Amino acid sequence: MIRLILSKTANAVLTLLIASSLAFFLARGSGSPVREILGDSATPEQVAQLTAELGLDKPLIVQYGQFLLDLVSFDLGDSLRYGQSNLELIAGRLPASIELALFALLLAVAVGVPLGIIAAMREGGVVDRIASMLALLGQSVPLFWLGLMLILLFAVRLGWFPAGQNDGIDSLVLPAVTLSTLPMAQIARLTRSSMSEVLHEGFISAARARGLAGWRIILIHAFRPASLPVVTIVGLQAGMLLSGAVTVEYVFAWPGLGSLATQAVQTRDFPLVQSIVVFGALVFVLINLAVDLLYGLVDPRIREDA
Amino acid sequence: MSALTRTPATYGAGSKGRVPSRGTASVIAFGAPLACIALIALLAPLLPLSNPNAQVLSEALRPPAWLEGGDWSSPLGTDQLGRDVLSRLVFGGQLTFVIAFTGMVAGAVPGILLGLLAGYRRGWVDAVISRLVEAQLALPFILVAIAIIAANGRSLPILVAVLALVGWAQYARVIRAETLSLRERPFVLGLRCAGVPTWRIMLGHLLPNLAGSATVLATLQMGTIVLAESALSFLGLGVVAPDISWGAMLAEGREQLTLAWWVALLPGLAITAVVLLVNLFGDALRSRFDPKKRSF
Repeated sequence: MIRLILSKTANAVLTLLIASSLAFFLARGSGSPVREILGDSATPEQVAQLTAELGLDKPLIVQYGQFLLDLVSFDLGDSLRYGQSNLELIAGRLPASIELALFALLLAVAVGVPLGIIAAMREGGVVDRIASMLALLGQSVPLFWLGLMLILLFAVRLGWFPAGQNDGIDSLVLPAVTLSTLPMAQIARLTRSSMSEVLHEGFISAARARGLAGWRIILIHAFRPASLPVVTIVGLQAGMLLSGAVTVEYVFAWPGLGSLATQAVQTRDFPLVQSIVVFGALVFVLINLAVDLLYGLVDPRIREDA
Repeated sequence: MSALTRTPATYGAGSKGRVPSRGTASVIAFGAPLACIALIALLAPLLPLSNPNAQVLSEALRPPAWLEGGDWSSPLGTDQLGRDVLSRLVFGGQLTFVIAFTGMVAGAVPGILLGLLAGYRRGWVDAVISRLVEAQLALPFILVAIAIIAANGRSLPILVAVLALVGWAQYARVIRAETLSLRERPFVLGLRCAGVPTWRIMLGHLLPNLAGSATVLATLQMGTIVLAESALSFLGLGVVAPDISWGAMLAEGREQLTLAWWVALLPGLAITAVVLLVNLFGDALRSRFDPKKRSF
């Protein structure tokens, strides 16, 4: 187990390093953001001054070295607009983002898992067909559009829920439902395929032959082994929710990381944008690491492979 | 036991004769409407549509024809500047399709080549490429796109490049895995013994064997790219006026949500319909190429 932890952690650190470097080179190697920040009307002096301030006048390799040094010391620099450190700004928005992601994920699991199980019990049946169509639809609909339509129906027309911002549990419903669509579809798909595989195993026939109750076979004998891949996808989705949340937060004016990112772009707050990207990668890698380790804890075969 | 409960469709390739053309039928059933939509969008300039950017302020926010106050001169209504929604949908579809296709190709080519290289050469090449793939997949796409576009400004080439970034890692991962098993086949050994150069084995002999998976993946990626483009344009980071895409239309529709729901509803429906068809088409292609991988 210790070997597993060490190797997975080393792996995660390496991935994070490469991912941050990718983010750095993709964003900065491709051109100077100064023109974008100041706009077309800037004088050459202003451009030169800001270039120097951001350290962009140094050779790329020096900038990269500085970027890595800052990263290691958890210094993500300062925002151009807010006059605060980027880390503080991110920390300020994080609770709202986590709240939204957590509720969306809970909803996705609470609906997706039972749907997948029922679909697998009667392959080709009515529930299976409906579930498969819903899952496909959930993967095809643009989340922000779904959000807009929910606002139109439930906030504007029916007035059941507020259309945006974060005040109280009421305002969480619409954004959480919107955000849960994609993970729900994927969780349902995976639960269904994983369950149907297990239900064809010999030990399920054996359990049936022993006369165990149907629900007991499904929940205890079949779902436990079938849940392993589901745990993985739940973990992956948790990381992905951060990315999907950008548009959903924008639609609902939800004060989380995603809307911080869109605001940062609109105000051309370049250092802040970069910090959010790196932070997003960090969260994703950490969640993956946690899932990998959890997997090792649950499944002894993986522990030995490491 | 298990053989009895399986539906005919899940039998392996050996029983092809027993389920004749079911795969082909659904490929056509989903492919044909998709092709029609694409054709209509691409032929937009030839169709009898009004100029999608012509503003007639006196006609602004007219509802679709079948509703009260609607008029058949603009069957799907007009937006806040009095522009014809139907015409904008068709012209917007044009750019949406063009961007999705170029973005897909721009991601597929490097992705497939890198996957081939990693899977066939193994060793350090594989290690480097696999690391890059893992890192790319760890970056939240929308955030990376935001960072790149914030630094480089908005333009169509940059949008396509950003969309290519969504895809390449997926191709590389899938193609690498398939190449790994393919390279152990006897025919590859035979080619190596015959002294065929590595690049010819990869491009002339391995690549054709991977065409099926690559096509399926490319199709499914088109759907992902349409969604990604619409999200970016919605955030104001993709297509900007006077260019029209469905995502850009949605961004404008958002402003009019309470006054004119049709301006936001219709482009979203168009996106959902196209992505749904693309996904169904991709799944149909997959079960056609490999019935064993069928899932729901």
